[in-house]
Amino acid sequence: MELTLWTYEGPPHVGAIRVAASMRGVHLVLHAPQGDTYADLLFTMIERDGKRPPVTYTTFQARDLGASTAEKFLNTLQAAYDHHKPSLLLVADSCTAELLQDQPGTLAETAGLPVPVVPLEMAAYSRKENWGASETFYHLVRAVLSAQRNSEEKPADQGSSNRRRTVNLLGPTKLGFRCRDDIQEIQRLLQSVGIGVNVVAPLDADINDISRIPEADANVCLYPEVALTTCTWLERNFGQPVIRTVPLGFGATQDFLAELAGVLQVDISAEAVADCRLPWYSRSVDSTYLTGKRVFVFGDGMHAMTCARVAQQEMGFEVVGLGTYSREMAREVRAMAKELGLDALITDDHMVVEQAVSELRPELVLGTQMERHIAKRLGIGCAVISTPAHVQDYPARFSPQMGVEGANVLFDTWVHPLIMGLEEHLLHMFRDDFEFNDHAAPSHLSHGEGTLMAVEDNNVVPIVGVHWEDGAEKELKKIPFFVRGKAKRNTERYAEERGLTAIDIETLYEAKAHYSR
Amino acid sequence: MTAEVIAVSDSEVVPERFQPVQERGQRAVFCGLTSIIWLHRKIQDAFFLVVGSRTCAHLIQSAAGVMIFAEPRFGTAVLGDRDLAGMADCHDELDRVVAQVLARRPELKSIFLVGSCPSEVIKLDLDNAAGRLGRVYEGQVRFVSFSGSGIETTFTQGEDNCLASLASDLPTDTTAEDRLLVVGTVPDIVEDQFRRLFTQLGIGQVDFFPGSQSTDLPAVGKNTKMLLAQPFLGETLRALESRGATLLPAPFPLGAEGSEAWFRAAANAYGVAEEKQAEVLQPPLQRARAALGKYRTELSGKSFSMLPDSQLEIPLARFLARECGMTPKEVGTPYFDARVMAEEVPLLPSGVDWVEGQDLDPALDRVRAAKPDLTVCGLGIANPLEAEGLRTKWSIELLFTPIQGFEQAGDLAELFARPLRRERALEVGSWS
Repeated sequence: MELTLWTYEGPPHVGAIRVAASMRGVHLVLHAPQGDTYADLLFTMIERDGKRPPVTYTTFQARDLGASTAEKFLNTLQAAYDHHKPSLLLVADSCTAELLQDQPGTLAETAGLPVPVVPLEMAAYSRKENWGASETFYHLVRAVLSAQRNSEEKPADQGSSNRRRTVNLLGPTKLGFRCRDDIQEIQRLLQSVGIGVNVVAPLDADINDISRIPEADANVCLYPEVALTTCTWLERNFGQPVIRTVPLGFGATQDFLAELAGVLQVDISAEAVADCRLPWYSRSVDSTYLTGKRVFVFGDGMHAMTCARVAQQEMGFEVVGLGTYSREMAREVRAMAKELGLDALITDDHMVVEQAVSELRPELVLGTQMERHIAKRLGIGCAVISTPAHVQDYPARFSPQMGVEGANVLFDTWVHPLIMGLEEHLLHMFRDDFEFNDHAAPSHLSHGEGTLMAVEDNNVVPIVGVHWEDGAEKELKKIPFFVRGKAKRNTERYAEERGLTAIDIETLYEAKAHYSR
Repeated sequence: MTAEVIAVSDSEVVPERFQPVQERGQRAVFCGLTSIIWLHRKIQDAFFLVVGSRTCAHLIQSAAGVMIFAEPRFGTAVLGDRDLAGMADCHDELDRVVAQVLARRPELKSIFLVGSCPSEVIKLDLDNAAGRLGRVYEGQVRFVSFSGSGIETTFTQGEDNCLASLASDLPTDTTAEDRLLVVGTVPDIVEDQFRRLFTQLGIGQVDFFPGSQSTDLPAVGKNTKMLLAQPFLGETLRALESRGATLLPAPFPLGAEGSEAWFRAAANAYGVAEEKQAEVLQPPLQRARAALGKYRTELSGKSFSMLPDSQLEIPLARFLARECGMTPKEVGTPYFDARVMAEEVPLLPSGVDWVEGQDLDPALDRVRAAKPDLTVCGLGIANPLEAEGLRTKWSIELLFTPIQGFEQAGDLAELFARPLRRERALEVGSWS
């Protein structure tokens, strides 16, 4: 038993629904009690889907328990088929049904439906949403391609070296982070370098598309949480190499193109990314103030790692914390954290994350919806980089994270919560001005988001036994409010470590020199 | 204006029969765990600990809209493979999780252990656990268990089970004095308005159940008279009756008409003179009617369907038909409790297709065919119907918003009028 107040991921069957809802002509029959239908609203409310996800729930009740839940499942399966006429049926248990052991997969396979039925084992008591999506995608692809391999001949060798190379883009799903826009951006990028996109899946794919997957020269594993298992299987069974670099960030997009060029043995010009604005925006003088901003990064494995690289190398921030809730990606995240001189935070307990953020006191948090709330409580700027995300993270405008335009979007999105460069300078110059007092929020932030001092005053427990002398306290107040909390804390820590009981102006400036970067 | 509000005469609205069609197909309703979202806001010193799966945790946070502004006073003890292997372990694990909750929140006065589908299927005895933990934390924390599981409860039934369970913990009233007990969660602002009116009517001893403090439970006994503030409290009603309380039959306090009848039921039981009743109730009644008059112009003649959701469907259909002049087409309700709805049924309009239970796909097909001006439905269904050109009102707002009583009658109508006004306002998209 594990106490969970908020959860980063849903149960595995929600991952199965994400895959089904992403595709065309696929329907999921979920053996589940009433109440589990809440999953519909994730799609229709958070992503504003205009269709219910293609799921039929058996919604069994107490009176059905015993002999009749299996029968209820079979009736539901038939009704779902008759009503929706899918070209493929997925069948799964939710957590409660798993305990009933009705074996809906076996029941469905013997039901004699005229379409392929893919049974899924969702392991609700040990696994979570992204794993469920990954398993579902893998079993679906395997079922479609295995049936085909048995009945059809292998496609003829595609020989010629002048032939246009194609790749599949695998892993985008409904309720993923900016998948819709990422796919559009990566398709544009590939087109600009003369590489074709054979199939995108699961998002907007149908069964026919799935059956065409082996025709591509390679698989791009865009969202490893969902697609890596499938990509690995395809590599083993169809000899399709996997492109593992996720093109999120300017450098990663360059690396992605280089990997493509190597694997596909084609020339790709560096011009492909030349129109990206991030490098110049980051070099322009206004961005000087971004230097060394302390950033905390947390999300799913892929987004946390790619964003940490962007933060460090492309924005000039200092990554002071890196973590993920994706246990499947823990090894890679740990390795990257080690390179950054950090210990990775691998947890799905948001209280542990909150503790880490409040101890590290970063100036910016790049995280999920959970970290957005944590940061808001602590009065720290935040940009959302990963699911779980809320309705505002599914914007109307084109807003990819990947590729050339994605890098531009990252620059804008991450700079926005910080105090602007010139504005920071002006705040410093005019801090005694009647309109530039400690409690005035930065003009571009809405009311209540910029009141750092209020947060500092309420939340920071002063180190006991250290006394501020009048002069030092007055001097402290001359420090701009948005860094004053840190200065105060550092000075107190400095004094405590040296066994000082009183802080005078000298102590303040000694501490400043000690902590200056 | 007054006469115009209730334009449909009584002879027309008494249904010749109320025989809902029963459906036993796919449901699209929340389970009882969802009640925790408003129960924990009301009972401010309590923690709701669901013993269940990740699905339970995900459901509550999704239904709550991921409102993570404070550490929540609810959580889930998520069962894992290890717990399912052996039952003895589960109780130790639960004790450990409870200790963890109390270490973080030492100020808590009550912990509700909430059963879920998985905990019921594995027959985890939470009553027993509540008893054991109650002895461990005797004098500090009260432990109460109830089921919010989807195999036993739908949506608002979670509150019913919670209050029914708490009913046995209420102290026994041994005085000879009459006490009025208002049963069902209402927002604080509504509670305050109701208290003022009861005081003006001269009804002195009034308790609200649940109140904001779980340590301050109302006494109950044979002199207790109950008014139900919510239409989903059948089990709670029976539990309180077993403690000696008697029900004051009344429609629910929704709309001007429902609110008046509800207060009059109490006033009559307390022998408050007619002149006094009129003197106290007329001013808020007139205000409510005036507020509704504006909405009646907007809503009159519009048709609506309701998909089964919260058990509020029957009193709301009555309100929309009689006070807003709307035409009900199909109205579904998760289940029908004849006792609780006894005073509503005679007020219901005729010509309505009533459904008890649900079979989602055919029900949606019927909505598409009927093309009502407004469909009241759950969150999962609203946008898909909008995308098909139908206007909707999500029903969960009816649980989170103050809608009861005279002063909220206009606000209640506004909830239904707004989607229609938005349709008139927007010149983009394809609702027409």
